[in-house]
Amino acid sequence: MEQLKTIGRELAIGSHGGWGQSKEFLDLVKSIGEARSKAEEDRIILREVESLRRRIAEPDVPRRKMKDYIIRLVYAEMLGHDASFGYIHAVKMTHHDALPLKRTGYLAVTLFLSEDHDLIILIVNTIQKDLRSDNYLVVCAALAAVCKLINEETIPAVLPQVVDLLAHPKEAVRKKAVMALHRFYQRSPASVSHLVSNFRKRLCDSDPGVMGATLCPLFDLISADGNSYKDLVISFVGILKQVAERRLPKTYDYHQMAAPFIQIKLLKILALLGSGDKQASGHMYNVLGDIFRKSEQSSNIGNAVLYETICCVSSIYPNAKLLEAAAEATSKFLKSDSHNLKYMGVDALGRLIRINPDTAEEHQLAVIDCLEDPDDTLKRKTFELLYKMTKSTNVEVIVNRMIEYMINISDNHYKTEIASRCVELAEQFAPTNEWFIQTMNKVFEHAGDLVNVRVAHNLMRLIAEGFGEDDEGAESQLRSSAVDSYLRILREPKLPSLFLQVICWVLGEYGTADGKYSAAYIIGKLCDVTEALLCDDTVKAYAISAIMKICAFEIAEGRKVEMLPECQSLIDELSTSHSTDLQQRAYELQAFLCLESQAVERVMPLDASCEDIEIDKNLTFLKDFVQQSIENGARPYIPESERSGMSNVSNFKSQYQHEASSHMLRFEAYELPRPSPAHVIPQVSVPTPIADLVPVPETTYNSKTSQASKLPSVTDASSAAHGLKLHLDGVQRRWGRPTYSSSSGPSSTTSTEKTTNGVTHIDGVSSQPRDKLNESRRQQPEVSAEKQKLAASLFGGSAGKTEKKATSTQRAPKGNTRNAERPGATRSVSPETSKEKAAPSVPDLLDLGEPNPTSTTIVDPFKQLEGLVGPTPVPSPLDNSVKTSGLETPDLMAAVYTDLPPSGSSSGSLGSTIGDMYSADKTSNTATSAPSIKKGPFPQDSLRKDARARQVGVTPTGNNPNLFKDLLG
Amino acid sequence: MIRAVIVMNTQGKPRLLKFYEFQPPEKQQELTRSVFAVLSGRPDNVSNFVEADAIFGPGTRLVYKHLATLYFVFVFDSCENELAMLDLIQVLVETLDRCFKNVCELDIVFNFNKMHTILDEIIFGGQVLETSSERVLKAVEEISRLEKSASSVSFVPKSVSGRFGR
Repeated sequence: MEQLKTIGRELAIGSHGGWGQSKEFLDLVKSIGEARSKAEEDRIILREVESLRRRIAEPDVPRRKMKDYIIRLVYAEMLGHDASFGYIHAVKMTHHDALPLKRTGYLAVTLFLSEDHDLIILIVNTIQKDLRSDNYLVVCAALAAVCKLINEETIPAVLPQVVDLLAHPKEAVRKKAVMALHRFYQRSPASVSHLVSNFRKRLCDSDPGVMGATLCPLFDLISADGNSYKDLVISFVGILKQVAERRLPKTYDYHQMAAPFIQIKLLKILALLGSGDKQASGHMYNVLGDIFRKSEQSSNIGNAVLYETICCVSSIYPNAKLLEAAAEATSKFLKSDSHNLKYMGVDALGRLIRINPDTAEEHQLAVIDCLEDPDDTLKRKTFELLYKMTKSTNVEVIVNRMIEYMINISDNHYKTEIASRCVELAEQFAPTNEWFIQTMNKVFEHAGDLVNVRVAHNLMRLIAEGFGEDDEGAESQLRSSAVDSYLRILREPKLPSLFLQVICWVLGEYGTADGKYSAAYIIGKLCDVTEALLCDDTVKAYAISAIMKICAFEIAEGRKVEMLPECQSLIDELSTSHSTDLQQRAYELQAFLCLESQAVERVMPLDASCEDIEIDKNLTFLKDFVQQSIENGARPYIPESERSGMSNVSNFKSQYQHEASSHMLRFEAYELPRPSPAHVIPQVSVPTPIADLVPVPETTYNSKTSQASKLPSVTDASSAAHGLKLHLDGVQRRWGRPTYSSSSGPSSTTSTEKTTNGVTHIDGVSSQPRDKLNESRRQQPEVSAEKQKLAASLFGGSAGKTEKKATSTQRAPKGNTRNAERPGATRSVSPETSKEKAAPSVPDLLDLGEPNPTSTTIVDPFKQLEGLVGPTPVPSPLDNSVKTSGLETPDLMAAVYTDLPPSGSSSGSLGSTIGDMYSADKTSNTATSAPSIKKGPFPQDSLRKDARARQVGVTPTGNNPNLFKDLLG
Repeated sequence: MIRAVIVMNTQGKPRLLKFYEFQPPEKQQELTRSVFAVLSGRPDNVSNFVEADAIFGPGTRLVYKHLATLYFVFVFDSCENELAMLDLIQVLVETLDRCFKNVCELDIVFNFNKMHTILDEIIFGGQVLETSSERVLKAVEEISRLEKSASSVSFVPKSVSGRFGR
């Protein structure tokens, strides 16, 4: 910044605005650069914008001045200030004939306007004209504007011109025309559907660049519908072969690679076309093998091609030899010192294990390394990999790791994702109920409000129903352990609302069930909950319902309920609450306490949350009422299907959606408005379904159905008859029970639950949801192809039952040791790590003085490394000096050119050098632990890793390199 | 496709914003700020990739390069390859350097319309157009030449460094 200021000043003094931009623009930039605060900067720009607003509107602004104004406006908008008053002037500028003005105009409008802006209509005409211009630059500028500004409605206006340009003599124009058509396809596939043959034709364009551009739209087309393009497989393979054999002109080489971007696109396309198609894949094997053989590991772009080849190989019909090559390449990535390559390696590994889960075994240590890496991106990628390879033998390790990580991050978006993954894995693979509940507690405690409500309801259902065992003892044990853990957790000062809801519900149902805690104690706890800081109305509703339940159980047992003062004050508070729901509950509780024990038992039966509730769908009990109303002159109810001139709701809706999606100007007249069917529903005089707004514990519902003239079932049945299942679902999901709803309801909700689990099996659970979780676990092997493969390796492969036992026995100490060793594992103390850190942290600038040849990309990477081993200690002091003094002249190019030898960033190569330097230690190291090559060069390192390995749950056994088998095997 | 190209300095001040899908100005600022927040929180010796679904929607990633006082950031979706995007940044920077002879932040500030021209020759409508910096340069020079001949007055900015011989 300092430098910028000085140079700015020099410029202002020396140049007097004699170059390109006007002096005023220069002054503006300079004063912004000198601004000391954001506020000052804003003031300067606002002043500028104001003056521009005045001057731009003056009559007869010279053209050159106008161009300058527009550029300043673009600049102001880039800094976040409103420049909308100038849009019209930018539009006007596109009408100019002079090329510089026209280009500036187009630049400004593409930056200013959205495709739906009102001013676009004023530009379309100009674009049309410019697309036909003789000057190819004008055409290019217009095409750029086409890409950005033409929306679905205006595509037809420019489409013919753009198609004509496909035959333009200049290849740059042809290329851009192809891309513009691609853009049209992205906007509205229908608009260019008749032009697909043009894309195919352009594939044979004489210019490889145009061919390359055509691959982009073809990629999109093929990902939408691969089957129609199977005939192109051979052409694509042919092109790829030619490219890989360097048949293209030298100008397409990039860093010694032959047209790498074209290769990457082709590989992506082949991956799509070969997926699940043995015949098509057969054509590709040869060329893919060639690419592997020729792969260039030393350059960044070479690795990009290699990675893309791995992706392709893992996507097409498997070929053992290619997969082997891919695995080898992947292991090179993983062993690399560059974080970028490790990241690609982890991603590639994730693809390969889908085909062969054993691939991961070899890279266990590398993966564990990535998990502990300071790089967040790498860590997340690794968690993604672990998520893919979770199974029942390693679920505990993986989920614990995930939760540990989840606790430490503040990024809510990712927290939500990882929490939902934990839940998903726990639901699928939980080894025991206790573990499941404990895991859920942890997830709720740390990511409470971010998890889906469904998860909370699943948990409640699980506690209520158990895992489907008939063993009553186990079930009640589960419940009391849940109650114990919740009472413990309640001591925490801050708990998420959703978690509090679960706690309240469980305490209400089972708090006093095993007789360990007195009713007064539980009620006291519940009252405390309502006084907590973050307690919202929903939690209060849960709490008071829970209190009601506990009172009910007490009364039913014939004991007298002592009303605690805090409970009384809670009732008083809630009965004057703004929320009518809370009021209602408070009054209900009060009324309830006056009832005698028999009535109470009927209203609130003990442990009735799992009982099914009978529904009278025909509403026979209302017959008398209806009869009476009709006699009193009410109109009889006409079933929806019999109402004339009225399509049913869903039909109406879909039609509407169709209209919305096609989003075109309508030329035919609108139909007559229809009476909305929704209005007819309340005809039966159904009160609004208050109950749906706030979740009500089931038992209260029971009481309501008997007390309050069976309102809910009325709403339910009537709305079900109309196909409005919206709030039905809500009710159901809350309770996860098909209690009172149409029979189609439960299956639909359960199936959605399943799909969110990433599992797609359909079972008729609606009748016995009690077994659902259990059943889904039992059916695991046939869940999805991917899991199937994992499972096959689990049961059929080396990972036998003995291993499982081993892990389970070690589970117990694991929890303690992990926490104890945590600080030690942070890698800050050991001397060699500090060295490790020092070397790569050297900024790009330091490479200034390095005698690194600027264009010696052909140099053998390993030789290069060898050369670096000696001098490494020399540059580092130098570097520091550069860092301090050299900062004055931030020269991008120094960094750029040292990056040029594409062996990767400076940090990468330095890192590897260090590895080399220590390679001597390696030999001594092998004595202590056999698989040391994989463990890295340092003895301490490997020791620490062994400790980690034990923590994670496996003992390294002598020569057996299969550490972490439970994690990776 | 490539969703956006952002160039900003190490204090988070935008130097060039180009969104290939329209974003209103306020949103652009917000996105730039969140990108800066992520990047400035990352240590030096880590990968150049960041998953950006929290900022740009599901499936988006960004690749960045920190050079001197500037961050070059490309945002893209799953149709692109991270390493290839990293090289595309390299192409952009190389071209800028050839164009401005030892490019520095100041060149970019003062010539940001020229930078747009260069970028338009590399990325077009969110797709990679050209990866050879020589050819990009040639195209840009051609534009400059034709612009010059089209109007009597020279509009083509000469680079700062050229003038002052830094």
